[in-house]
Amino acid sequence: MTRHLLSIDDVSAAEIHELFETAAEMHDVQRREVKKLPALRGRTVINLFFEDSTRTRSSFEIAGKWLSADVINLSAKGSSTSKGESLRDTVLTVTAMGIDGLVMRHSASGAAHQVAQWLDIPVINAGDGMHEHPTQALLDGYTLTRRLGTLEGKHVAIVGDLTHSRVFRSNIKSLAKLGARVTVVAPPTLMPSGVGDWSNEAGFATCYDLDAVLPEVDAVMMLRVQKERMSGGYFPTAREYTVGYGLTRPRLALLKPGTPILHPGPMNRGLEIAADAADAADSLILDQVSAGVAVRMAVLYHLLAGEEALA
Amino acid sequence: MSEPTAEPDPGLSAGPDQGRVVLDADDIARALTRISHEILERNKGAEDLILLGLQTRGVPLAKRIAEKISEVEGAAIATGSLDVTMYRDDLRSHPTRTPHRTALPPHGIDGKTVVLVDDVLYSGRTIRAALDALSDLGRPAAVRLAVLVDRGHRELPIRADHVGKNLPTARAERVRLRLVETDGLDEVRITDTSMGEAR
Repeated sequence: MTRHLLSIDDVSAAEIHELFETAAEMHDVQRREVKKLPALRGRTVINLFFEDSTRTRSSFEIAGKWLSADVINLSAKGSSTSKGESLRDTVLTVTAMGIDGLVMRHSASGAAHQVAQWLDIPVINAGDGMHEHPTQALLDGYTLTRRLGTLEGKHVAIVGDLTHSRVFRSNIKSLAKLGARVTVVAPPTLMPSGVGDWSNEAGFATCYDLDAVLPEVDAVMMLRVQKERMSGGYFPTAREYTVGYGLTRPRLALLKPGTPILHPGPMNRGLEIAADAADAADSLILDQVSAGVAVRMAVLYHLLAGEEALA
Repeated sequence: MSEPTAEPDPGLSAGPDQGRVVLDADDIARALTRISHEILERNKGAEDLILLGLQTRGVPLAKRIAEKISEVEGAAIATGSLDVTMYRDDLRSHPTRTPHRTALPPHGIDGKTVVLVDDVLYSGRTIRAALDALSDLGRPAAVRLAVLVDRGHRELPIRADHVGKNLPTARAERVRLRLVETDGLDEVRITDTSMGEAR
């Protein structure tokens, strides 16, 4: 495995399976009375978040703590960034305190790559703009693998706001490495520009008709409509979006029985996903959250525990 | 005879058939039978007994001992596996290793007598790690240690309760155990190697 986890490109298919194997062991720790492993004792990890996050940040924090690392959370809102400090100065300052690993989220695509070039400690990308969110894709793949046994030859639909989605961009890569077939569904305005060439190259299918795709798939992954990244005009009304692309109660009936439903959260209930779908027996949304801790433990362990981690 | 099925030991510089055989399949079977009886005698029966094999070759050994004990006692013996990768004190001086499976019996280890089973006892560091791991998993009434081979050279105050064979060795020698379950055959070999090795 490479030194950093900035993109799914950094891990091979074999390494993903190895991470899943480790994550499965970590998953058992969640059910223990003593939720603690000593693997990262004496290591310090900083969660540097320039963008809001609840689950990813707390998930990384719990993951680090269960591995006995010291975890520090720094959100840009309360930091010197709001006083005008540059990104470079901020990361150099916090790493100068002697930390061993940096988990970073930033609204600029490529921010984690840039930071990784400035630092000689492992950097984990916890989401950079509209680019990648590798640990989310890994936990989605892990959750699906646990449910379906294998993703080899399985058909997965990714539905929703593709243009703004780093979850989608990372999942396209990881699902391909896991052997799954992917069809992406979105309204034309939320389909990334140039998707034609890209889908040919990366080997996924595109479709604008959700009702035609749902009966065909083995799993459906709904994406959040990212209002905060929209400057407006992507769809006329929320109601219209729901009618065309929301996973509504009538659409649940189109799925094969037992088809798992995923959503990376946070959900806009009633917009891209109806409560009936989110709370359905086949919804894996809470499994994704619990898998998130296990997968992030596996990532932290592989990047920080061994000798390669020593600079 | 089937080919070895397990991944080859990366530390093995000499070929698998070099050196001399110190225990063959019959010797191993006899040693395990004796250990099984010793465990029963020490525990005064099979009640509340758990055999926990250390990954990787302790696991099939624990299963074999459990089978022998249940032959005598007529009841199934709880077994499990314990991986100590995360607890090793040399975790940082090696490339990161993917942990193996830790699987406990359904009712856990609280109040039970846990017999740790390992293949070769050497420095004692694996056992120290195993004791740390156990304390995170529960509170056994007692912990004992059974090993197929004790080759000496302890670096910690640790000793085995049940030993299949005491094997005086030099540090430069390498003790290699192969088992049917992982390697296709049962034997213990000693190889002379100028290179030091971990076990």
